[in-house]
Amino acid sequence: MSLTSQLPALQVVVPMLTAPMVMLLRGSSLAWAAATAASVMAFCIAIALTLGVHDAGVLTYAMGGWPAPFGIELRIDAFNVLLLLITTGASSVALLSGRFSLARDLPEDRQPLFYAAWMVALTGLSGIAVTGDAFNVFVFMEISSLAGYILVAAGPDRRALTATIKYLVMGTIGATFYLIGVGLVYMMTGTLNFADMEVRLAEVTDRAPILLAAGFITVGLALKAAVFPLHFWLPNAYHHAPHMVTVFLAACATKVALYVLLRFDFVVFQGNLVGHMAQYAGFLAPLAILGILVGSAIAVVEGHLKRLLAYSSVAQIGYILLGASFGDMAGLSAAFTHMFNHALAKGGLFLVLAAFALRTSGLRLRDVAGLAHRMPLTCAALLILGASLVGIPGTAGFISKWLLLSAAFQQGPLGMVAVVVVVLSSLAAVVYVWKIVEQLYFGEPEDVSDKAATRTQASPFKSEAPAMLLLGIWVVALANIYFGLFPGFTVSLSESAAAGLMSHLP
Amino acid sequence: MIEMVIPPAFLLLAGAVLIGVTRGWLRTAVLLLAPLATLWAVWQVPDGVAVTAYFLGYEIEPVEGSALRRLFATIFSIMAFVGGLFAFRQARWYELSAAYAYAAGAVGVCFAGDLITMFLYWELMAIFSTVIVWVGGTPQARAAGIRYAIMHLLGGVILKVGIEGIVVHTGSVDIQPMLATNFDTWMVLIGILINVAAPPVSAWLADAYPASSATGSVFLSAFTTKSAVLALILLFPGESVLIWVGLYMVFYGIIYALLENDARRILAYSVVNQVGFMVVAVGIGTEMALNGAAAHAFAHIIYKALLFMSAGVVMYRTGFTRCTDLGGLFRTMPFTTVCGIIGALAISSFPLTSGFTTKTLISVAAEQQGLVVVYMLLAAASAGVFLHAGIKFPWFVFFQKDSGLRPKDAPWNMAVAMGIFAFLCIFLGVYPEPLWALLPYPVEYEAYAPGKVLFYLQLLLFSGLAFFLLLPWMQRTLTISLDTDWFWRVLGRRIALALIALITRTGKGLSQLLENTRQQIAPPLLRLLDNKGALGRTWQVGTTALWIVILLTTYVLLYYL
Repeated sequence: MSLTSQLPALQVVVPMLTAPMVMLLRGSSLAWAAATAASVMAFCIAIALTLGVHDAGVLTYAMGGWPAPFGIELRIDAFNVLLLLITTGASSVALLSGRFSLARDLPEDRQPLFYAAWMVALTGLSGIAVTGDAFNVFVFMEISSLAGYILVAAGPDRRALTATIKYLVMGTIGATFYLIGVGLVYMMTGTLNFADMEVRLAEVTDRAPILLAAGFITVGLALKAAVFPLHFWLPNAYHHAPHMVTVFLAACATKVALYVLLRFDFVVFQGNLVGHMAQYAGFLAPLAILGILVGSAIAVVEGHLKRLLAYSSVAQIGYILLGASFGDMAGLSAAFTHMFNHALAKGGLFLVLAAFALRTSGLRLRDVAGLAHRMPLTCAALLILGASLVGIPGTAGFISKWLLLSAAFQQGPLGMVAVVVVVLSSLAAVVYVWKIVEQLYFGEPEDVSDKAATRTQASPFKSEAPAMLLLGIWVVALANIYFGLFPGFTVSLSESAAAGLMSHLP
Repeated sequence: MIEMVIPPAFLLLAGAVLIGVTRGWLRTAVLLLAPLATLWAVWQVPDGVAVTAYFLGYEIEPVEGSALRRLFATIFSIMAFVGGLFAFRQARWYELSAAYAYAAGAVGVCFAGDLITMFLYWELMAIFSTVIVWVGGTPQARAAGIRYAIMHLLGGVILKVGIEGIVVHTGSVDIQPMLATNFDTWMVLIGILINVAAPPVSAWLADAYPASSATGSVFLSAFTTKSAVLALILLFPGESVLIWVGLYMVFYGIIYALLENDARRILAYSVVNQVGFMVVAVGIGTEMALNGAAAHAFAHIIYKALLFMSAGVVMYRTGFTRCTDLGGLFRTMPFTTVCGIIGALAISSFPLTSGFTTKTLISVAAEQQGLVVVYMLLAAASAGVFLHAGIKFPWFVFFQKDSGLRPKDAPWNMAVAMGIFAFLCIFLGVYPEPLWALLPYPVEYEAYAPGKVLFYLQLLLFSGLAFFLLLPWMQRTLTISLDTDWFWRVLGRRIALALIALITRTGKGLSQLLENTRQQIAPPLLRLLDNKGALGRTWQVGTTALWIVILLTTYVLLYYL
């Protein structure tokens, strides 16, 4: 067996083995370097897998040589690699550019432990994305969540602890619901493998437990994915976590939960429950629409930058869910494209906030007033990323909004409601991005020394973000433009991911 | 043989980027050469689709040539060149860079063979024109820039929805003539009409353009409205709604310009007025009318830019733009005065100027179609234009009372730029054949029929007489005209505030309701959670738990519905 065929397993094993190693390393720099190297390596593996999926379609790997459904099967198609790219990419960028930011947020001696937790979180998230086994998903979900709680709790002030507790309670409820659902399905089918479940469910005559399982799994994962109105944990967790953790989690954590939700629903339930599509769409679409409207509205009035972007994330999750709830090819591929593009835009924006936090006393709107004069490069990148979030043509955000509107137009009269909602929330996005830009470029700093620095403009580049962070921000910003002008890669990947799910429909 | 066609917009866009990274004489060279290179590239574009590409699975046509498209692209490139020449020593580099990117968007729209490409360039224009308004630098410019941005983003969103609808429902992204018959086409029409400053949003133009810098308004006057006119010609020729929209714009522009005190706002209102003529022509939709719209857009860009340049020079030298502050400048600014007068004569379509030859094309087209009312209204409007732009602007700025200002005449680059455009105004008036050769349809039209010249001279001279007879009432005082933009600036704001208050109250009410419910039923389990204390603001966890239960129940119940 060549190394290439082992890649699905390596995707999980590399960060998993790095975790204890990092913990043993003394000195924060070494720990950081090891974690970063592992993360970048995971990213490279994800790219290799993408190429493999591009050529072969679906890659499978039997853990320990036990064939499915008896053993655990790793199963990788376009949807999985999309997730893997987002997860490992976000982790790599956050670690590569986050050295200074993390060093400021964390005490020196705890840093190796923190990086170890990061690796465990990466293990869990990648694990969810590669496995084809329902119980395995639960295990990895718990791994990533537990590590995630540690990462959030490492936030610089004590409020991080209460945020973590809330996150923990919600996360545990969500995971438990998922487990109950998987248990019910296991009870009725005797298998834990997704593909096998689909086949065996067809023979099950008593549908009530299955239906209940679908309910538990959908609600549990919706909680994990911060679908409105189960989003309460998210703004607090994003707000109080260390900035780099926010970058990492905002880009991928909720999307991984959405992935499991969609995978489970389409692979297992759609083919086996009569009228399930109507129920699935009828349940998720209203939540998506409410999420978009409420999330955008709160973001408009919110005064703290991290919370503002967090509520914007609630709205963006709504977009993804809305596209997915159309339940057709166009809707699903729009949703998946938006997963990728939103991770790019939002991850980049949280990177920018991390850069701001290094140079300001806080991240309230008034704290960043006039910052554009002191950090011109960072603020210019924010313009690009903000444009992508709004969906200005030429940026990645435009592509996914375009696809989403196209999909909505194919839905008939109900789709028009979706069109109106998307248009309204785009305008809201203009407002809340503009609020930030206005403060940055036209705001008058309150702090006297800041004011003096702004007025004289003695050294506009002296107080820029550290070089690595700035580089990371600009790489992400340019990626937003690249994927806006050349959307071929994301769109074709999303389309084959959508086709993969659609093939399970009866 | 397949020839490589360079998309002309890319050249100008490259120029915009280079302006940002170069300094000194190199930047000057880029500034002057980029539009000329673009002009050259414009004339390399053959008829028909020249470049195709794939974007989001649609076959798009970024470059498609035709006589009409080349005509607009030509004048946009010339405008970028002369505007660059006018501004390069006075404007800041980011204003110039934004202006070139803005012009690139306009040139791109000219050659867009499909709706998607058109939309991309459309938004490019919106973004960079907003930047130009902002760099006006004053607080008014900032506020106007925000309103401008919101108006254009709104227009962009409406246009996008319309285009998506057309693409999804017809399966074609091609730009082809259509009529506003269903939701999709109406959305596209409205999206474009917002850019031509049609009612009820005409006021964005007079709100934003005068807020920009002395050089910025020259660029702004040229591209946005005229590229929208081109889009109308390509997409909605003969759409009869446009006749009435256009007539409204014609008279709206005249009335507000007559009431206005600020010189650059007078000119901004007259942009609306002149674009109204073109919109009427598109609405008439015959070959002659479309010729007229295109030719008038060409001539209009030249004389309107000339007028904004002369106003810009005055503002640059004196710092004033209000008629009440100005006057008597002809003593020390003879060249600017002459250029301003030439522009003013051209806009009032005085014989022997470009405005005469092009505007009469539109009137004659209306006459030929038997639209007598339209013809009479347009003739009356021509007199009105002479009143507000032809006489009022030069009279109050350059003559009238002596304001005591003794500024120097225009700097050399500004003078050269004005000279070029002043020459073109006269040249196209005396010898319009080169322009007519560019028009999309063959021109069989004699501009200087004796009867017509006499008719227009009478019209103009009598309105001139009226102006001086009514001078005491025309004397401008410091006034602010209330415009339709009150509805979105004040009323819109109030509605938005009320809505936000309502939403907040509903949200508070809802969570209050949930909270109350929780406290009243307060199952022991929840109290247990409360008692753990460490959970902090537990009501949020409790609320979420309640939501989970509600959702799960709903999910299961839904199945039985």
